Amino acid sequence: MGKYILRRLLWMIPIILAVAVIVFTLMTFCPGDPAQIISGSGTSEEDLAIIRESLGLNDPYLVRLGRFLSNTFIHFDLGTSWMTGKSINDSIAERLPRTFVLSIITLLLSMIIGIPLGIIAAVNQGGIGDNISMFVALLGISIPSFWLALLLILLFSVRLGWLPAMGIGGIKYYILPALAGCTGGIAGYARQTRSAMLDVIRSDYITTARSKGMPEFTVITKHALQNALIPIITITGTRFGAMLGGQMVLETIFSIPGMGTLIVTGVNSRDYPVVQAGAILIAIVFSLSMLVVDIFYAWADPRIKAQYERQGAKKRGGKAHA
Amino acid sequence: MPETMLENVKNEKIKKSSEFLRILKQLSYNKLAMFGLILFALELILCFSAPLIAPYHYNKLDVTAMNLAPNAQHWFGTDELGRDILSRILYGGRYSISMGVCAIAIAMMMGMLLGSVAGYFGGWVDNILMRFLDIVQSMPGMLLTIVISAVLGAGFVNTILALSVNAIPHQARMLRAQILKIRNSEYIEAAQSINCSRAEIIVSHLIPNAMSPMIVQATMGVANQILMASSLSFIGLGVQPPAPEWGAMLSGSRQYIRDYPYMVIFPGLAIAVTILALNLFGDGLRDALDPRLKR
Repeated sequence: MGKYILRRLLWMIPIILAVAVIVFTLMTFCPGDPAQIISGSGTSEEDLAIIRESLGLNDPYLVRLGRFLSNTFIHFDLGTSWMTGKSINDSIAERLPRTFVLSIITLLLSMIIGIPLGIIAAVNQGGIGDNISMFVALLGISIPSFWLALLLILLFSVRLGWLPAMGIGGIKYYILPALAGCTGGIAGYARQTRSAMLDVIRSDYITTARSKGMPEFTVITKHALQNALIPIITITGTRFGAMLGGQMVLETIFSIPGMGTLIVTGVNSRDYPVVQAGAILIAIVFSLSMLVVDIFYAWADPRIKAQYERQGAKKRGGKAHA
Repeated sequence: MPETMLENVKNEKIKKSSEFLRILKQLSYNKLAMFGLILFALELILCFSAPLIAPYHYNKLDVTAMNLAPNAQHWFGTDELGRDILSRILYGGRYSISMGVCAIAIAMMMGMLLGSVAGYFGGWVDNILMRFLDIVQSMPGMLLTIVISAVLGAGFVNTILALSVNAIPHQARMLRAQILKIRNSEYIEAAQSINCSRAEIIVSHLIPNAMSPMIVQATMGVANQILMASSLSFIGLGVQPPAPEWGAMLSGSRQYIRDYPYMVIFPGLAIAVTILALNLFGDGLRDALDPRLKR
C-alpha cells in the first residue's frame, strides 16, 4: 500500500510540472503587452522599456520558463500580481480557505440530499419513489447553477430577506452559494448511489439478512449501504476537484473573494501571473484529492487492496523471470 | 457469370439485423427519450428559423417599451433597452446550441483520432497519448476552458475551441477503451488477413464498432458544453453582448433582478429546457445502446 501511494505521489510530479509548463506557455502567448497592462495607458515608451527589463520580459522564453519553474517549485513563490502589486502567495492564502469551505459545504449538502435520494430510488426500483428521485436528479443536472443562484437570491434575499445575497461573513453567507452549487452533485450522488445499491441489493447476504428476520431498514442501512458506499466515494474526489475549479461563476455572483473570483478577475484584467498561479494551484489540489480518494478506495475495500498487493507481487515475479 | 451472381446476392433480401435499426426501435419505445428528442428538435427548429418567426429583431431598441412585463405584444417582456426578450432568446439559441454542437463535434473528431491511434497501436504511442490526456485532465474542465479562452480571446469561434479542448480527453478515452475490447476480435483479424491497411481497419472496422458509447457521451456532452458556454458568457468571457447568447443575456439582466425578475427567468429557463431535453434523450440512448445498464 505504501509503495502504491509513493508511486502515485511521484507520478504527480511530472504531471504538475507539465501543467505548469503548459499554463506558463499559454499565458506567454496571451494577447497584450505586460508592461502596458501594468502601467496603464499613457506611459512613455522609455518607462515601458524599464518595466519590461525589470520583469525580465526581454529574456528568451526558456530562461523565463526556467525562472518561473524554479520560483514556483523551489522557492514556493508564485510571484506578484500585475494589477495590485501584492504577493500572490498572500492573496491565495487568504482566499483558498473560503473556496475550500464553500466546496466542502456544497459537497456535504449534495451528499446529504443525493445519497438518500439514491437509496429511495433503489429500494423502490421502478416505483414512484424511483421515478421521483431520478426526476429530481435529472432536474439537478439540467438547471444551470448560476441561474438557480439568481433565483435563490431573488427569493431568499430580495423577497424574503432571510439570507445575505453577497459577500462573506458567517456561515449564513455560504448557504445560498452552496444550495445553488449542490444540484449537480445531488444528481451525481443520487445516480451513483442508486446503481451501487441495485448491485448490492440482489446479493445473497442481503437475502440472508432479510430471511433471518432483520428489519428492512437495518438491512438497507447496515448491510446494503455499507457495501455500496465504495463506488459512491469514488465520485467525491472528482466532485471536490471540479468544485474547486468550478466555483468561479458562483463566487462571482455572490461576490465571495475566493480562488474563483481571483482567477476570473485575473482573466478579465489580464493579470496573467495570478491566473497562472491559480490554475497550477488548483491542478495540484485536484490531483491530490483524486489521490486521496484512490487511497481511501483501496483502504476501504479489501478486495482492491489485495489486488494492488497481488499486482506488486506479479511484477516482482515477472522481473525475476526476465 | 460471376457478376450476375454478385448482382443476385446484392438484390436478394437477406434479413439484415442492423444494429442501428435495433437501437432506433428500442429508443422509440422510450417515451421520455422521445420526449427529449422532440423537445430538442422543436427548439432547434424554432431557434434556427428565428429570422422568420421572431416577432422583432434581436437588437431592435424601443425606448417606448422598456422593462415591460410579459404581455400580448412581448410574450416574455422586454429588457432595459426595450429589446424583445422572446426574440432575443430565439436568436440566442442559435449561438448557444451551435456552440455546444460544434465544440462536441470537434472534440469527437480529435477524440476519434487520438483514441483510435492509442487503442489500436498500443505500446509507447498509447502511453504518450494517455499521459498527455492525464495532463489535460489534471485541471478541472471549467478552469481549463477559462484559461484557454483567456489566451484565445472572446468570440464565437474561440469559445468553441476552448470548450472543445476539455471534452477531448473524455471522448478519446472512451473510444480507446472500446477499441481495446474489440481489437483482438476475429473480424479484425480477418480484415488484417485480407491485407486491409491499418488506416482502413481503424476507419472502417474499429471506429464504427466502437462508436456507441462515444455517441452517448456526445449527447450528454452537448448539454454540458451549452451549460459551460453560457457560464463563460455569464462571467464575461465567451460570446460578448450585445449578441443574444443566453448566458450573456442572464449576465446583462442580473442587475435588474430586483425589479424585473422575468428578464432573468426566461433566458435561464431556455438553458434548462435545452439541457433537460438533451439529457433525457442521452439517458434513453444509453439504455438503448447498452441494455445491460438498464434497470
